[in-house]
Amino acid sequence: MRPSDMLRFDLQVLNRHRFRTLMLLFAMSIGVAAVNVLTGLGEGAKQFVLGEFSMLGKNTLIMMPGKKETRGGMPPITGESPREITLADADALTRLPGVIRVAPLIVGVTQVSFDGLNREVTVSGTSRTFFDIQQLAIRQGKSLPDLPSDMATPVAVLGSKLKAEIFGQKPALGMWLKAGGYRFRVIGIAEAKGQALGVDLNDVMIIPVASAQALFNQEGLFRVMIEAQSEEILPATQARLEKLMQQRHEGEEDVTVITQDSVLSAFNDILNTLTLAVAGIGAISLLVAGVLIMNVTLISVTQRTQEIGLLKAIGASDHDVLTLFLTESCLLASMGAFLGLIISQSLLFIGRTLFPDLGFQTPLWAMLLSVTVALLTALMFAWRPAKRASAMEPISALQSKN
Amino acid sequence: MIRLDGIHRTFFMGEQQVHALDNIQLTIAAGEYISVMGPSGSGKSTLLNVLGLLDKPDSGNYALEGVETTTLSERERAGYRREHIGFVFQSYHLIGRLSARENIELPLILASMPPAQRRPIVDDTLQRLGLWKRAEHLPNQLSGGQRQRVAIGRAIIMKPQLLLADEPTGNLDTQSGADVIEVLEALNQDGITLLVVTHDPALGKRARRRIRMVDGRIDQDKIDTKEALRATQ
Repeated sequence: MRPSDMLRFDLQVLNRHRFRTLMLLFAMSIGVAAVNVLTGLGEGAKQFVLGEFSMLGKNTLIMMPGKKETRGGMPPITGESPREITLADADALTRLPGVIRVAPLIVGVTQVSFDGLNREVTVSGTSRTFFDIQQLAIRQGKSLPDLPSDMATPVAVLGSKLKAEIFGQKPALGMWLKAGGYRFRVIGIAEAKGQALGVDLNDVMIIPVASAQALFNQEGLFRVMIEAQSEEILPATQARLEKLMQQRHEGEEDVTVITQDSVLSAFNDILNTLTLAVAGIGAISLLVAGVLIMNVTLISVTQRTQEIGLLKAIGASDHDVLTLFLTESCLLASMGAFLGLIISQSLLFIGRTLFPDLGFQTPLWAMLLSVTVALLTALMFAWRPAKRASAMEPISALQSKN
Repeated sequence: MIRLDGIHRTFFMGEQQVHALDNIQLTIAAGEYISVMGPSGSGKSTLLNVLGLLDKPDSGNYALEGVETTTLSERERAGYRREHIGFVFQSYHLIGRLSARENIELPLILASMPPAQRRPIVDDTLQRLGLWKRAEHLPNQLSGGQRQRVAIGRAIIMKPQLLLADEPTGNLDTQSGADVIEVLEALNQDGITLLVVTHDPALGKRARRRIRMVDGRIDQDKIDTKEALRATQ
């Protein structure tokens, strides 16, 4: 048989058994769509998380209070909270060899009002070095003043989005904002930038760290960012840093130091596993579709026993019959896979529209894999029924009562 | 054209062994018109299936146009069925989703003939069988006689030398039965070897050579000399 004739013949069969065809297409497309949507979601989440953490420079260390234990064991009976990281600790770090800059960080949320407008605002208390480490440029005005870290000054730099929401098109520089019980003068507007450490830098008010300590009535630092000279000395710097902190805290190891790379690679591993796991779940639905194809092909072979007998009587060989049934299921599988791709891509498109931050996008490997697996399962599962059809004796097939 | 020599074919019906063909010796010349009659279970359908290469004898030799068929592979047998043998069945065996034209076209498709070449051949056959106006109809839109003519069209589209008909009028009323027989006999006149298996004595008598089977053996093989003489004159 010519391929085009075979195709037409199979399409006539599929068209004739429209309900069956639709059900199978449905099953197949759901399987393929599941794989694509799930990996797309996984990939979106991964890109989001990685993007979040790669805002830090490669040479940056982050220190936070408390020791994150990775080994087991009983929690301390006393249950006392870890010692806080103080401004003096942060200042001491500056003197370590290999350290270029240190930026202390206190984060909190407070009510900010201007001209009768009230708004909840995330406030970051830090120092001038924060802008260098975050590579956050000043669009207008100036950065925080270069003062001793324990000196509070009532000045603030606003994120671009925050500025637009409070002041609109009006000039903001020199205006006084009320935050908590304090007043701050706007001295600068930052350039638009993405998120960092879960804080949207566009929607943040940056004030000197000592002012934030007063504003939130909090002594301890939330984070300390440390920029080292180069990526190579990062491990050595980290070790020195931990040692110094231990000395300063009476021998207690009560801080955690992380690097961007360690965080990124940990997340990358976790998220890749997650993506594979969800892809596996999707693959199960593909398998289910494959079993369905097997059953339906079996039924089809039984229903069309007479037709098979006839085809053989008028000169179709075993091979012809086998190919006829295999192409039929492959045709179904590829149509289903195509449909599944359309469904999954439209769903992901909707997802991207609703959540522009998350880059929901099926990776190419998942698309190719799902289509290949769809075709392979169809072939694999249709093989036995098709083989059975091809091995039928023409007369007994012709005489069958079905 | 056909030479059967010592053909045996045995079936098992449960425990019972049925000797459907018992040492059959038969020679058929090209262009003959043969009827095979006999009671049910006498092996006449089995004989037809063996002749049509649908069934394989357990032992014996079957030469079709000088070629020994018992040693052919399945694929070669399919090829012989396609090129040299046409079948007409009692229950037509048309494919329901295909139109009359497509049913007739099927053997050409199986033979991988390009569409442009198929068209005139199918048109010609449709016209010859008086099915031109019914070409695009599905089998369930056709009468029994028309369906059997479609089946005949499919059987002869490859211009086979041998046409095997198993109770071709069994499902038809007298008038359509007579029409179908007329078509078959006209084909025989044009040179095709026609073998009809039937229960109907009236139909059986029309053949010049009449074979009667009983218990898997050829009980009687009569050539109508009057008919034969007239044919040779």
